Amino acid sequence: MSLPELHTNGSTAPRSLAAENFAQCPLPITGHDTVQLGHGSGGKMTGDLISKLFLWAFENPVLARLDDSAVVSLGDSRLAISTDSFVVDPIFFPGGDIGELAVYGTVNDVAMSGALPVYISLAFILEEGLPLADLKRIVESIRRAAARANVTVVTGDTKVLNHGKGDKIFINTTGIGILEHDYDLSSRNLRPGDQLILSGGLAEHGMAILSRREGLEFETPIRSDTAPLIDLAQITLDVGGDDVRAMRDATRGGLAAVANEFAVASGIGIRLYESEIPVKPPVAGACEFLGFDPLHVANEGKMVVAAAGERAAEILEAIRKHPLGADAAIIGAVTSENAGMVSMQTRIGGWRIVDMMVGEQLPRIC
Amino acid sequence: MKYLDEFRDPDIARKILGEIRRVTTRPWVIMEICGGQTHSIIKNGIHQLLPDEIELVHGPGCPVCVTPLELIDRAVAIASKPGVIFTSFGDMLRVPGSRKDLFMVKSEGGDVRVVYSPLDAVKLARDNPDRHVVFFAVGFETTAPNNAMAVWQAHREGLDNFSVLVSHVLVPPAMSALLSSPNNRVQGYLAAGHVCTIMGWEEYEPIVEQFRVPVVVTGFEPVDILEGVLMVVTQLEQGISRVENQYSRAVRREGNMPARDLIRRVFEISDRKWRGIGSIPMSGFKLRAEFAAHDAELLFDAGAIQVDEPEICISGLVLQGLKKPYECPAFGKECTPMTPLGATMVSTEGACAAYHSYHRHQLVPDVTS
Repeated sequence: MSLPELHTNGSTAPRSLAAENFAQCPLPITGHDTVQLGHGSGGKMTGDLISKLFLWAFENPVLARLDDSAVVSLGDSRLAISTDSFVVDPIFFPGGDIGELAVYGTVNDVAMSGALPVYISLAFILEEGLPLADLKRIVESIRRAAARANVTVVTGDTKVLNHGKGDKIFINTTGIGILEHDYDLSSRNLRPGDQLILSGGLAEHGMAILSRREGLEFETPIRSDTAPLIDLAQITLDVGGDDVRAMRDATRGGLAAVANEFAVASGIGIRLYESEIPVKPPVAGACEFLGFDPLHVANEGKMVVAAAGERAAEILEAIRKHPLGADAAIIGAVTSENAGMVSMQTRIGGWRIVDMMVGEQLPRIC
Repeated sequence: MKYLDEFRDPDIARKILGEIRRVTTRPWVIMEICGGQTHSIIKNGIHQLLPDEIELVHGPGCPVCVTPLELIDRAVAIASKPGVIFTSFGDMLRVPGSRKDLFMVKSEGGDVRVVYSPLDAVKLARDNPDRHVVFFAVGFETTAPNNAMAVWQAHREGLDNFSVLVSHVLVPPAMSALLSSPNNRVQGYLAAGHVCTIMGWEEYEPIVEQFRVPVVVTGFEPVDILEGVLMVVTQLEQGISRVENQYSRAVRREGNMPARDLIRRVFEISDRKWRGIGSIPMSGFKLRAEFAAHDAELLFDAGAIQVDEPEICISGLVLQGLKKPYECPAFGKECTPMTPLGATMVSTEGACAAYHSYHRHQLVPDVTS
């Protein structure tokens, strides 16, 4: 199998028109000849890259599900596998650091498939000149996070780049978990009548990172919500069982990306209710200040559960009993109308589409 | 959120909507001048809740949208030069020039950085004496004081490695130009609240006098906008026209005098070209001659700029309130936020992007009811 030739055209108007000629071709990856920051945003540009390049190249039924973890069978066991790379700047931020993020980010992806994470791998790409004290602090943080998540680091790798060729430290982790039940959790499983539960306030990780990175000080400091979601996922399954359709942690791309992925993968419509979506006041204020929509901002300790409508209240009640789910709420419903689309009733009663971001969210001018 | 929740309160919004319905007896066309208001209207679904008689048309008040293509191309050319650190507010980075945008320059190795204040760019110049820092000074009167302060500060410190690429436009001349057009449909304005926090509302009094249209200085939250609409409709129904201030929590008649004074010291009023509209006399700012050493347009030879506007794009008509985004044949097809043909689709405050993001599909009646 050979990759088709990349479509190259620099100018905006002709390239989008010319794109029609490539309707049968997995490329072009819309409108750019080179990788852009937006390709890593978790929004439409990322989706474009995945569907038009990666899926095309590696097509197989497990990958095609595009869930947070791959669920595979090995002998008599069903395993969940997930991998993630962490390139956050700054590496230490209010509420966490890149080390615990690398553990929780991956174990959460495993947990969202309903598996109990057991092992993780740990690969470091270090930049020459990184203070060893910082590395030690990060490793200590990883040790604590792994203990809290009850996972063991069983393999790893270390590479060092020349000074200036990396950004202090990149971490890749792969997690493996065991599924002890037969539930089929997938973003393809949603049905009309299901309801969506969000486990707590949105946008805390993204705004904590941004405020530290840009030296923005808000009256109430915003802390990242980085946390392991394993217990919440297990509680959800214990109560909901087969009536839980899918679980997702709302990381890059935020709630909007998760809801859109659900809507597209299941071919259903999703209605959200703005007045029901929890956002803590300081976070809402910071988003307002910068012109960011909290629905699109990254979270590292929040999950979205799609469950049968008649069981949602019961599951919500159980989630709320856990400290990480105290602010959980039912935020939306699944419909047969507007398939593939997410709409939201605004606080004042209007309706609008909730789209995925194209690329990075950008602070506005005024 | 203290001080914000009451302006998003559904009960208050419902009451004002009821009042709007009560006073409205005829069709009226009202323009919200500011892109931030357009964004809020579409995002909150305000236009769906108003009575059918009231049509909101969207004005040219998006600084990203009206920045001329040649200036974007010039920014791209300057940002591509070695030794330059090119700084900008985030939303300018994705605006397509004729051939590339600033994000592409960055991906090709250009040193393009997002800043949150022009004073951050001045600091960069201070910290990098061997580099030249350019700030893309885009915006309406709202951002002018900060940009003026940056130039003033750099000048005072003798930072000859700091300059600004100025694309400042002014709201009142555009309002007059639209009302003077033979195609004009606008019968009343919601004036841009943020602009008025700086400039006050004195400037609108001659417009009201000349064109006999109500102008209501209006904020950005749903309740603000609904109140603004109610105030405009009330005037229209009563056959009167005057300037009123809905945004009294932030705006005074004379505006912010120290800010206006700073703007006057650094900038002078000049003719400006508006993307999609054309040149409007005395509708922008340029740097005064004494600050020429900080004028990036004078400092950099950007080479021959060949502008390549897509013919299919009707963003100019959208900016003038003459067409709605969905009336464009390219809307949602050739032109999307991922493949924008014009700046009204790329800027989040642009009317086309707002419609595409929030209302490109007619949601089925079951959902909209």
